[in-house]
Amino acid sequence: MGRTLAEKVWESHVVRRVEGEPDLLFIDLHLIHEVTSPQAFDGLRQAGRRVRRTDLTLATEDHNTPTLDIDKPIADPVSRTQIETLRRNCEEFGVRLHSLGDVEQGIVHVVGPQLGLTQPGMTVVCGDSHTATHGAFGALAFGIGTSQVEHVLATQTLPMAPFKTMAVTVEGELAEGVTAKDVILAVIAKIGTGGGQGYVIEYRGEAIRKLSMEGRMTICNMSIEAGARAGMVAPDETTFAFVEGRAHAPKGADWDAAVEYWRSLRTDDDAVFDKEVVIDGAALTPHVTWGTNPGQGLPLSERVPDPASFEDPSDRGAAERALEYMDLKPGMALRDIRVDTVFLGSCTNGRIEDLRAAAGVLKGRKISGDLRMLVVPGSARVGLQAQEEGLDVIFKEAGAEWRYAGCSMCLGMNPDQLSPGERSASTSNRNFEGRQGKGGRTHLVSPQVAAATAVLGHLASPADLH
Amino acid sequence: MEKFTVHTGRAVPLRRSNVDTDQIIPAHWLKKVTRDGFEDGLFEAWRKDPEFVLNNPVHDGATILVAGPDFGTGSSREHAVWALQNYGFKAVISPRFADIFRGNSLKGGLLTVLLPEDVVLRLQDLVEADPATEITVDLVERRVRAADVDVPFELDDYTRWRLLEGLDDIGLTLRHADDISAFEERRKPWMPATA
Repeated sequence: MGRTLAEKVWESHVVRRVEGEPDLLFIDLHLIHEVTSPQAFDGLRQAGRRVRRTDLTLATEDHNTPTLDIDKPIADPVSRTQIETLRRNCEEFGVRLHSLGDVEQGIVHVVGPQLGLTQPGMTVVCGDSHTATHGAFGALAFGIGTSQVEHVLATQTLPMAPFKTMAVTVEGELAEGVTAKDVILAVIAKIGTGGGQGYVIEYRGEAIRKLSMEGRMTICNMSIEAGARAGMVAPDETTFAFVEGRAHAPKGADWDAAVEYWRSLRTDDDAVFDKEVVIDGAALTPHVTWGTNPGQGLPLSERVPDPASFEDPSDRGAAERALEYMDLKPGMALRDIRVDTVFLGSCTNGRIEDLRAAAGVLKGRKISGDLRMLVVPGSARVGLQAQEEGLDVIFKEAGAEWRYAGCSMCLGMNPDQLSPGERSASTSNRNFEGRQGKGGRTHLVSPQVAAATAVLGHLASPADLH
Repeated sequence: MEKFTVHTGRAVPLRRSNVDTDQIIPAHWLKKVTRDGFEDGLFEAWRKDPEFVLNNPVHDGATILVAGPDFGTGSSREHAVWALQNYGFKAVISPRFADIFRGNSLKGGLLTVLLPEDVVLRLQDLVEADPATEITVDLVERRVRAADVDVPFELDDYTRWRLLEGLDDIGLTLRHADDISAFEERRKPWMPATA
């Protein structure tokens, strides 16, 4: 019987396989940031261990960095200590670090692909659940905890429990104005936040094949929001074109050898998935979330649901709690929801294509009167590229704030936060209670919907502007 | 890591689904660079509500959390495990856990126990009816017992053995350093390096 893409990549990384024990997998790339690594480095120090493969490890500062005044010392002393701890650890253990102010600094999941370090067929891990992003290249990429970060630092391997395979096939062609973000929000709404639990998802079908690498990264990124262990897309010409010429891409004869191998990384025709889900891509429209978990989403054209309409008692309870927290009434049109803040950025939607899409909507327009809009590029290099293209001018002329790179308001660790009761339309990945700031209310949207919402002051799609 | 064999303690019923790790420990706590001192951050936002179950003094000293489905979703922050442990929890029972949270908990010796939803509801009922109810989580026999409940739970042999012995995963892997070196020799020469 044939094998799936995920099984092929897994098999090619087994260091040790013994009956009754988890497979020990080799890790090709380990990405590090300031939040989930300090305790891991402490563990190494206490045990007198070193980093086994500094040449397969890369660190960047992203979660807890400011997006203003980055040339000044970080104001919050606790945040400053955390950043300084990463710098000290990287220096002590010999790990390459891209610090605030460096052109390669930015969100780990934007930086890896941008440097050409993320390539098809690799295993990639990071102490961050959105590591699934790298699966867009046909890599097997897992988010891990701090104990596992320490494990990878010390051994460059991880013992991994077996996984199940799921195919999510998005058929047909996406309509104008429908984006990768809408696809993944629709997938999560369909299978639920626990639907992918234990699975590695492979996204397939015409709609996926036609997506750019940025779009595929957006989709794989939010696999974790469906509970999946990872998400993947088989590499193809789009993938190769993205990787070719980047700083760490293979060159010359190595490139040819690499591409030949990468072409073998596809699910065999006779392979069987443990579960299959089919989505009609052509029927999709812009999606937004109304609740406090990413599965609580609907097409923008719909209304806030009535909790009584949920059959499952636990779903009903969750919907009741969500509407209370979000201060929404059943039956209200989603388009009537007014927002105070629009956040454009994050590892989900902070790449150049996302900024271009939002700028395309905002060009020649102004954001709504008292609304604030934050534009935070996913990396310093994305920010520079946007400036070269004049996108920063479009954002500023529209009345938005143009910031430096980082995770920013996606998780509200730095000063970019919502105030209690404040409501956002956000291109990030989580609408949990308090995620963007204590008492803040989040609606997850695509960059295009974010931009249109900023102009009109209520949840809207670009089509509403005409 | 502390060994886990059999634990008996009182419980807290948390009748909520999709308890994400942002609720278990909010992001601003993640600025700390240690593994301890997270107990005050556990469910910080919810604990502001006097009616929240953890604020009920009848549950003081409880060591087992009995939660709804999809516990530990979202962020991979292991701080969530540390916060539960720092507060005093030894085990969490739920019908379904998010994968990364589960992995983190079993690395760190917080036993996450998967039980069918009807059994979890029964345990919550028992504890609500009598908060003095004791629940036993028996890793040796892989069973959970409380009042009239006596049910098996699944956990793979390897993880069970590691928890029973309190073994450090890294030490176990380093016993196979030769296998790792041999694999490194086989890697494709064109694969990328950061340095």
